[in-house]
Amino acid sequence: MRRYFLIITPYFWLISLFVIPFLIVIRISLSDPEISIPPYTPILSLEEGWSGLLQFLRQLDLDNYIFLTQDALYWKAYLSSLRIAAFSTIIALFVGFPIAYGMAKVQRKWQTTLLILIILPFWTSFLIRVYSWIGILSTEGYLNQVLLGLGIINQPLTLLNTPFAVYVGITYTYLPFMVLPIYASLEKLDYSLLEAAEDLGCSQISAFWLITVPLCRAGILAGCFLVFIPTLGEIIIPSLLGGSNTLMIGKVLWEEFFNNRDWPVASAVAVILLIILIIPIVLFQRNEQKQQDLGTR
Amino acid sequence: MKRYSWFNVTSLAAGFAFLYLPILILIIYSFNENRLVTIWAGFSTKWYVELFQNELFLDAAWVTLQVAVISSTVATVLGVMAAYVLIRAGRFWGQTLFSGLIYAPLVMPEIITGLSLLLLFIGIGLDRGITTIVLAHTTFSMCFVSVVVSSRLVLFDRSLEEAALDLGCTHWQAFQLVTLPNILPAIISGWLLAFTLSLDDLVIASFSAGPGATTLPIRIWSSVRLGVSPEINALSTILIGFVTFGIILASLISKWKSLSNSTDL
Repeated sequence: MRRYFLIITPYFWLISLFVIPFLIVIRISLSDPEISIPPYTPILSLEEGWSGLLQFLRQLDLDNYIFLTQDALYWKAYLSSLRIAAFSTIIALFVGFPIAYGMAKVQRKWQTTLLILIILPFWTSFLIRVYSWIGILSTEGYLNQVLLGLGIINQPLTLLNTPFAVYVGITYTYLPFMVLPIYASLEKLDYSLLEAAEDLGCSQISAFWLITVPLCRAGILAGCFLVFIPTLGEIIIPSLLGGSNTLMIGKVLWEEFFNNRDWPVASAVAVILLIILIIPIVLFQRNEQKQQDLGTR
Repeated sequence: MKRYSWFNVTSLAAGFAFLYLPILILIIYSFNENRLVTIWAGFSTKWYVELFQNELFLDAAWVTLQVAVISSTVATVLGVMAAYVLIRAGRFWGQTLFSGLIYAPLVMPEIITGLSLLLLFIGIGLDRGITTIVLAHTTFSMCFVSVVVSSRLVLFDRSLEEAALDLGCTHWQAFQLVTLPNILPAIISGWLLAFTLSLDDLVIASFSAGPGATTLPIRIWSSVRLGVSPEINALSTILIGFVTFGIILASLISKWKSLSNSTDL
């Protein structure tokens, strides 16, 4: 009896506050704007049996999805999100890998401290961390002041409200997600393998490419997915740092919902975003599963 | 063999400078006299004084705190239940769906979670306010708690529970006397994680908040969109101070506990 209580309480919570809401999104994405005004009539009524079901199904249409393919704004926003997420992931990898590598190589007593220092920003507000870059990148900002003061530039650069600012913001906020899995895999690396390679005449650089990189492939992949997946639906960073020039689907969805109040289209945008995300999520899961299988073997 | 090289030192120094300089600049310039945030005009604490006279921010901070305490506590209870079910309940009908449901909210983009919850709240005619934000935050936080707690529960030796049961404990007693003390550190870190996630959340809160209940991130967001402001710098410094203090406290406690444990042995 107690066992059922334990199972049913969280189950019920997640069904009613996670599954059902999402079904409503799908339902509204398939209906006309008038129907999306609460209480979302007609709701599927089971009393009428098959005819009720047929009636319900007949009301659904793909108009909103067709609209998405016709309006260039949307597919451009999806493509631009994918591009920004992919670029940022690569940048984060290039910034994060040396940090993880350095961390794995320092003395063990320092490693815990460095680990805490990597995780610490994660506990401070995401919004504040993004906000801190506005002051740095704006035209009168700190970076321009420094560059002007050093005589490197004569005129302030436009950095804020450009894609560059978005890349910086994403790399900055998601860097711990990249560093931690790579560090974890580098830390487990058997360094005698590298010594053996060098004894056998391998240069340090080729030993790195032939041994270190393949052996921490899973960590690198995990880091990339952990940056790529949340970046794709990001809203805060493109809104604060990207200005009106940066198109990302999360921002479009937000504006569609809050400014245009077009709920069916916003719902359709959300459904497609999720469909796009399924691929990296499944690949990520598979990568993690492989890791676990290797660990238990 | 640990090799020490200039490359490693430089990459670590540059990496940590990149991570910490922006926050450091923010803190320093929160004590700037000038209303133009980026131009230094002397030391002053006047923005802190103004912040504490700003009713809007104080109200928002109070709402945020209430939401965070309630949602993280409910989420911890539900998350521990879910973790226990995942690791200990054996097979039951719909188990795959259950574990899928625990992991799905972790990868679901916030914006979709927020949108879908709003549509639900409107659909069932629930007025948006503190209650709806709590419901929304509890839903995603419980999954984080459950992941943290179940990773600890997996490592915990089941035979200890069985021994307690053999010696006449009821299931509840075995949980209370044997399992709970062992997974308590994970429960505490789960609660802290849920608390921080709730304090920090902007996207889901924006969807589930109503006119009467504005959380701090929503308030910050609406003022930050207009650009940098010295008051926000001051507020950020206070928030960063709180978190740093909390983390230092937590690590001191865990150090102290591990020390006292090792002397016990």
